[in-house]
Amino acid sequence: MSHNLSDFVAQSVQTLPEALRLLAEPADPSLGPWRPLAGGTDLMVTLAAGTLPAGRYVDIWPLDELRGITVTDQAIELGALTTYTEIRQHAQLMTEFPLLGLAAKETGAIAIQNRGTIGGNIANASPAADTPPALLAYDAELELTSLSGVRTVAYSQFHSGYKQMDRRPGELITKVRLRRPPSDAPGRTVHYYRKVGTRAAQAISKVCLAAFARIDGARLLNIRLGLGSVAPTPLRCTRTESVLLSGPLDEALIRRAEATLAYECSPIDDVRSTSAYRRRVTLNLLRELLQQCRSDRRE
Amino acid sequence: MRLTLTVNGIERTCDVHPLARLLDVLRRDLSLPGTKEGCGEGECGACSVFVDGKLVNSCLVPAMQVAGRDIQTIEGVAPSAELLDRVQEAFLRHGGAQCGICTPGMILAAKALLAEHPQPTMAQVREGLGGNLCRCTGYTKIFESVIAAAALPAIPPSAQPSALEEAKR
Amino acid sequence: MKQPHELREASVIGTSPPRKEGVAKVTGKAVYIDDLPVAGALYGVTVRSRVARGHLRGITYHPGVPWEDFHVVTAADIPGENTIALLEKDQPCLADQRINHPEEAVVLLAHPDRELCERARRLCELHIEPLPTVFDLDESLDGEVRVWGDDNILKQFSIDKGNVAEALATAPIIVEGDYATGAQEQLYIEPQGMVALASPKHGITVWGSLQCPYYVHKALATLFGFPKERVRIIQCETGGGFGGKEEYPSMLAAHAALLAWKARRPVKMIYDRHEDMLATTKRHPSRTRIRSGHDESGKLLALDIDFRLDGGAYMTLSPVVLSRGGLHASGPYHCDHVRIRARAAATNHPPHGAFRGFGAPQSVFAIERHLDKVAAQLGIDGAELRRRNFLAPGQTMATGQVVRDEIDLPELLDRALTMSDYARKRTEFARLNAESASRGTPIRKGIGLASFMHGAGFTGSGERYLASVVAVDATPQGTVRIRASSTEIGQGKDTVFTQIAQDVLGLPSHMIEVVRPDTAEVPDSGPTVASRTVMVVGKLVQSACQELRRKLSEGGLLGESYTPTEFASACDIFHQLGGVLRVESQYQQPTGIEWDDKTYKGDAYATYAWAVYVAEVTVDLTTYETRVDRFWALQDAGKIIHPVMAAGQIEGGVAQGIGFALYEKVVWKEGRMQNAQMTNYIMPTSLDVPDILVEFDDRATRLGTPAAHGPRGAKGIGELPLDGSAPAVASAVQHATGVLCGAVPMTPEDLMQALEAAR
Repeated sequence: MSHNLSDFVAQSVQTLPEALRLLAEPADPSLGPWRPLAGGTDLMVTLAAGTLPAGRYVDIWPLDELRGITVTDQAIELGALTTYTEIRQHAQLMTEFPLLGLAAKETGAIAIQNRGTIGGNIANASPAADTPPALLAYDAELELTSLSGVRTVAYSQFHSGYKQMDRRPGELITKVRLRRPPSDAPGRTVHYYRKVGTRAAQAISKVCLAAFARIDGARLLNIRLGLGSVAPTPLRCTRTESVLLSGPLDEALIRRAEATLAYECSPIDDVRSTSAYRRRVTLNLLRELLQQCRSDRRE
Repeated sequence: MRLTLTVNGIERTCDVHPLARLLDVLRRDLSLPGTKEGCGEGECGACSVFVDGKLVNSCLVPAMQVAGRDIQTIEGVAPSAELLDRVQEAFLRHGGAQCGICTPGMILAAKALLAEHPQPTMAQVREGLGGNLCRCTGYTKIFESVIAAAALPAIPPSAQPSALEEAKR
Repeated sequence: MKQPHELREASVIGTSPPRKEGVAKVTGKAVYIDDLPVAGALYGVTVRSRVARGHLRGITYHPGVPWEDFHVVTAADIPGENTIALLEKDQPCLADQRINHPEEAVVLLAHPDRELCERARRLCELHIEPLPTVFDLDESLDGEVRVWGDDNILKQFSIDKGNVAEALATAPIIVEGDYATGAQEQLYIEPQGMVALASPKHGITVWGSLQCPYYVHKALATLFGFPKERVRIIQCETGGGFGGKEEYPSMLAAHAALLAWKARRPVKMIYDRHEDMLATTKRHPSRTRIRSGHDESGKLLALDIDFRLDGGAYMTLSPVVLSRGGLHASGPYHCDHVRIRARAAATNHPPHGAFRGFGAPQSVFAIERHLDKVAAQLGIDGAELRRRNFLAPGQTMATGQVVRDEIDLPELLDRALTMSDYARKRTEFARLNAESASRGTPIRKGIGLASFMHGAGFTGSGERYLASVVAVDATPQGTVRIRASSTEIGQGKDTVFTQIAQDVLGLPSHMIEVVRPDTAEVPDSGPTVASRTVMVVGKLVQSACQELRRKLSEGGLLGESYTPTEFASACDIFHQLGGVLRVESQYQQPTGIEWDDKTYKGDAYATYAWAVYVAEVTVDLTTYETRVDRFWALQDAGKIIHPVMAAGQIEGGVAQGIGFALYEKVVWKEGRMQNAQMTNYIMPTSLDVPDILVEFDDRATRLGTPAAHGPRGAKGIGELPLDGSAPAVASAVQHATGVLCGAVPMTPEDLMQALEAAR
């Protein structure tokens, strides 16, 4: 217990406009700007550890308008306060975007899943977070709301550096949008998610690969790779994707893709794993994914 | 802030910092020390309680988020001073508790699990308890306890505060 | 004395009643140290060195808190000796001039506001002039940088049997290997904590989470220079110990007591998880080198073992840990020529200490891995190699101890192999692995085993020196009260002592009270360690109860058989007649046990538990992760008094052993633990622990001659499962991957490295 609560100001809000008004307030000279607090599963850990910056926190947990999963013809939209449990329990989401459900299942354990939110997972901006690779694989969009309106950002463009993101002052992540592919989209689909954690539950990932692919015969028509824990941010591996789309999916192409991915990721040594392990396993996961793509072809 | 919430069926009020951990509110401000602290970072599950029927780590819940909410802690699990909940009964009979420090959280996690899967498979038991660390048992006797509890009749939770709770206060 | 027939029939020995304190635990009513309400208590915090070695040159109290409201304690405030008295007085309670590890306590602060204490801790700056450091065990033994005594050696001894040099020179086959085990954190879920009360009139009273009340008692009496009666130690419900609350509680109790003494107010000190993991003891890291000589059949002709432990900065219990490790180093195997050289060296890590198994898991790991290496080299199956070398009754161990236990290790092995379907799986997995390798698929399966023993009770003359005492008294209402300093730490002591008393007295459980350990209320029955509580202390409970019964029946108040009501009225009459219904029983070393502390010759332990463990694993070469799929634990630990709790001990120990083998890695940097959070120090969860099948054999009782040293033939059981679990898992990993797996923890990162090195 190394925190000093007296250094913190916190306030609950009941409506989104109320939250946005606080977030739009200029930074206080000593306490800084208002920062959002959702389910607390990351923020409260850093508070207890004494590493949470002192300041002003606006509790957005009561905002029911940020809850719930909506299905439209074009997309499935998740309110930013949707919890992992709600994700796991949504049948259509689990069918159409199963990687998100797998990510939610692998996050912490039940008690964490009941409180942790998709918006919080994004805003906490940890490179080791479990849902970002899945969001990258599905090319998710974020909706950010401020007093001046709503802005949509491709999630792949959101993180710009370690704990750095394209969230402007006064903005709150309000929605995550997953575009539903047209029902006549060509090719077979492969959804791949594998988190390599430190253990089977309550684990932080050492490497995490999520992928969505469309295959027609020997060729990938489309592939999106999202990687966690191997770079300062969750990583969309566009160079490797380009290589994979450049020809038939044979051993030579797989080797080129591996070489590209080894270059594209930049893992580090830390208390959880080693750079060498992360790089090797990243490539092993890519190979496992591509073998799945190829074996689907054979079916 | 002035915090009002319902704990084990009783409305309680106290003055706390809005970011005070629910764990500390329960243990210090409301004198309910049955909820334990093992890690303070949401890893061990010893502090598990129910908020509006959902299992949470009380070390990660700020006080401001439980205003007006309904909390159940280990002190409110037994239906009366004389009776035990079936999960408590099963833990007692099947060696589910050793040192006892993870037990309050483990029992609440087990109750959450049985609410979702009344006849759980072993895989569901393992997953349901995945957020509750136990260093004594190797979990085996805890699994046996939960499976055994599922076979016992569930006693409907008392609408009234238990005599045990009264006695504690 | 004769037992009434009907009572014997009704014996509770071998049954599994609910644990005595179970209702309190499942209802949240059990009171642990942080639950204890203490009016007007101050919170205490510790300012630590953070530098691994150096001279303390000064302390600055920076502005930012009202220092005048704080109670501040440094070494200068210590009334008696500045030491934590244990084996030697080398460890200070508060560092004064010299810093020897990065978690050394230097300043203690107390204040009513817990948060202010934390702020003050950060504002208290220590000025330390660094000195050269040693963190590597073998560098310490080289002695270039001296950090302890003349040669950094905390303890060394050797065990010699026969002529190893000659036997190695003539053996047809020589196998050499190096083995290592890492530090392991006990990770009891309740962090350490103490509450102290001090007054000039009454002295010091401390409540706490602890295993050994009289260790704390001795440390505080020395620290304050008080006579024994001015120090009182009371155990609260204790949320796990595993050795981690054996010696460190003396340090924390000392700190709380010093603050309370200075402030004249009660002081509460509760570590958070981070501080607990940083500052408290861990399992000694070890390195072992083995050279063995064999004939073509694998028979051991010579065994030369060099066993080394990293003791950390101070002696604490290292000599005793080293003893147990050394004494288990040659395993349950017969060999005529054995040399075991054992050394514990000081480094600038925080002191390593007791952890379930106490040196044996380290040395057993080495010998078991070595035998698998020998087996691979000779092309013999590991199980068969072990069978050819097992000790048999009448043969001598490395110390010259003659095996007197009723044991048949080949039979135990056969049962374990049958239980686990070992032979079939061994062949089947090898075939599957070869197929997978040729197809380039990543899954490998393995099955492996370990055979081992664990000595019950203190090493060598330990029990004789301790001379433990148990008292039993009875109230006029017929309640029998068992008084012992043995602590309930989850292992079930209260319940098992009750069963032992019931067995003698024929009373229902509710008439037996096990008195909470409080040095003002209980005699010293020794520490709760060394798998000794049931066997040694339980035996004293049994004899004290027998004596109590004799007292009542001698006076004619109790017949051969009686009802609980008759027992109660007998007690009532005895009291009315002015009698004192209190008896004491003291440990007497059984005849025929001889031990020489100087030469390490003789009967190292009165008796042993014996076991064969089998592990089945899957290794995924995509991620290098090992998953233990199933685990079989077969042991002969004598009579099992409470089968559910005994199985619980084994299952819990196996889970800790799996952690030791695969997950639990302490990451060090300049002597500090870098991953001191539960998030980053990885203990197994419910999804990581396999199905564990536990079986007990009790061959001696089966043959009608129950083991003599414990009540009803019971032996020790608590530490046993830690010894064999890790080597069984490692053996299975070797089977799956071909990697010898000579060092644990074998994390996926390590396995990847080993596989790449082998390529």
